[in-house]
Amino acid sequence: MSDDIKISIRNLFKIFGPDPQGALEHVRAGMGKSDLLEEQGHVLGLKDINVDMQAGKITVIMGLSGSGKSTLIRHLNRLIEPTAGEVIVNGEDVLAYNEDQLRRLRRENMSMVFQKFALLPHRTVLENAGMPLEVRGYDRKDREDEARKWLNRVGLEGQDNQFPHQLSGGMQQRVGIARALTSNADIMLMDEAFSALDPLIRTDMQDLLLELQEELHKTVVFITHDLDEALKLADHLVILKDGQIIQQGEPQHILLHPNDPYIMDFISDINRARVLRVRSVMQKTDQHRPGLAGDVDAEDTLESVIALSGGDTALGYRVLRHGTQVGILSVKDLVRALVPTAASEEGPRSSSGLSLSHGTGSR
Amino acid sequence: MASYDFLFDGLGLRDWCEAGTSDGPMSMADLIGKAAGGEAAAPTIWELPFPSMDALNDACPNFPQARELTKGLENGFLSIKDGLSLFLDPITQPLSWSLEAALWLFQTAPWWIMIPLLLLVVQLVSRSVKLVGFVALCLGFLAFIDYYDHAMQTLAIIFVCAAICVLIGVPIGIAMSRSNTFQNITTPVLDMLQTLPPFVYLIPLIFLFSVTEPKLYGIAIILYAIVPVIRLTNLGIRLVDKEVIEAAESFGMTSWQKLTGVQIPLALPNIMAGVNQTIMMSLAMVVIASLVSAPGLGVLVLRGIRNLELGVGLLSGLGIVLLAVVLDRVTKAALARVNAAQKH
Repeated sequence: MSDDIKISIRNLFKIFGPDPQGALEHVRAGMGKSDLLEEQGHVLGLKDINVDMQAGKITVIMGLSGSGKSTLIRHLNRLIEPTAGEVIVNGEDVLAYNEDQLRRLRRENMSMVFQKFALLPHRTVLENAGMPLEVRGYDRKDREDEARKWLNRVGLEGQDNQFPHQLSGGMQQRVGIARALTSNADIMLMDEAFSALDPLIRTDMQDLLLELQEELHKTVVFITHDLDEALKLADHLVILKDGQIIQQGEPQHILLHPNDPYIMDFISDINRARVLRVRSVMQKTDQHRPGLAGDVDAEDTLESVIALSGGDTALGYRVLRHGTQVGILSVKDLVRALVPTAASEEGPRSSSGLSLSHGTGSR
Repeated sequence: MASYDFLFDGLGLRDWCEAGTSDGPMSMADLIGKAAGGEAAAPTIWELPFPSMDALNDACPNFPQARELTKGLENGFLSIKDGLSLFLDPITQPLSWSLEAALWLFQTAPWWIMIPLLLLVVQLVSRSVKLVGFVALCLGFLAFIDYYDHAMQTLAIIFVCAAICVLIGVPIGIAMSRSNTFQNITTPVLDMLQTLPPFVYLIPLIFLFSVTEPKLYGIAIILYAIVPVIRLTNLGIRLVDKEVIEAAESFGMTSWQKLTGVQIPLALPNIMAGVNQTIMMSLAMVVIASLVSAPGLGVLVLRGIRNLELGVGLLSGLGIVLLAVVLDRVTKAALARVNAAQKH
């Protein structure tokens, strides 16, 4: 388990202000964000962050603006220097790197995709996509071949000689992704990569990312403020608030067992049927039961099961994974799982196999 | 009895004041006062003069007069002048050479080479046939009224000075954009260069360099015209989108790659605007510099003033306006092309 961990953040603190080290002691002694700002004039960016990111998985860091998520991602390639802590990538402490080692890390191990695309406006699409290799000193032909390959892969055939401003936002971000892929780094940092796009385009781009991920198995660190996006993409979800992690884990688990009122507020707005999967609400059993209406896959969303059942709560389904039964899902349980979390606090609903009410106590 | 006697008496400096002074009148006013006879009555509070250097000198003859301050400045400057020339002469010599070479080139090349060549340059930077036609018309008019030589001299000086301004100004601007300390040091100097009346530069320069040398007016023009290109280079680089810089860093660009590949290209519209301003200011200064032997249209303006030749003054003034319009339109057209190439 621990050997698949690609990036590991340990006790990371970031304080903005004239004397961060001095302020750090106050923070370690337990001073909060607002007190620190009022009494010391320092801004607490990140407080005691510990995250392990697994190789080949998508780790999503979610939080509202000001929660420190963009600050956190910039620590991974040291665009921002931390006040204290460790960032371990491939077993080496990035913070101990000198300038050359850091540059090599940025060139060969990490690529980044930005919210506002951050393409070079005076270069063509092809030159933009080839930029990471140009920086490393490849010749024109090599880097153009590689860049063209990835531009085609993200669906930008024939746009090579356009300038970024001639493309739509979605297409510009495709160039941004192609640029990150051209660098051939195995870690991809995505800072609100899809937040500036229209909803439909955003869905397209999310699908593109998942499709690429299926094939390439990069270690992706994805920042977002959109819970739907986070739940769609995440293998591991980290929720930040005021520079602190308030919950992290498997997204389905967080959704069913939020441990903080802040998270409950968040998840009360989302379409649970589209996010929750059969595996999270089924009863685990390999026993056959008579009278089941059909088969569903463990990875299906509840929404698709509702469509299948036509809204009939009396039905039940056999849940399969790779063709073998792993559980049984009754539509009644399914509907219970869809009851919003805020409501679940009031009534005792522990009779079903899934309890939404435990773990919702306040901090 | 002078107004501030009490000050020196009170401080016990009377002996120092009187030491080694004669009673002779030191100024015309003293002399007249003496001739009028006797001491004036002690001044009332309404007549109390400001405790200026001259008023204090009245009370204490050993206190320096105001004219000794200007005299001191002059002597100070004259005493370091030789050392300064020793150092400044060699490093500014290339300026003289390039000005002489440019003047020679612009004047020796026959008009039927020079004018098409200039039009070709206009076509290359602006790619606008209309502008080329306009420039041809202006140059043709100047040549037709026999101001061709003077116009070419002015152009030659501007080309050399503006080129040197860009050569020196852009690196200074880049340095300013990278270091806030350097920016804080440089800004007051730039403010001073921009607000000093241009005639003021000329005075110390006349002492430092011989009036027959082209570098005298060359330096005056460069000092006056270099400010905008420095300021706008600094501004342009500082205004480059922070996220683009972050992107460049996140892919491991060295700071040289970042400067040449990202910052300068993206700052280019601002730098070009600075170059435009620099050229316009060199033109303004080249007229004033004709006071210190700069050739060109300014000489004709000066002749108009000196000999009260109204027609010459007006026509050469019009010639300068035409040159200014031409230079401005051409550089603006180049700027517009740069802008069009990097819309966001």
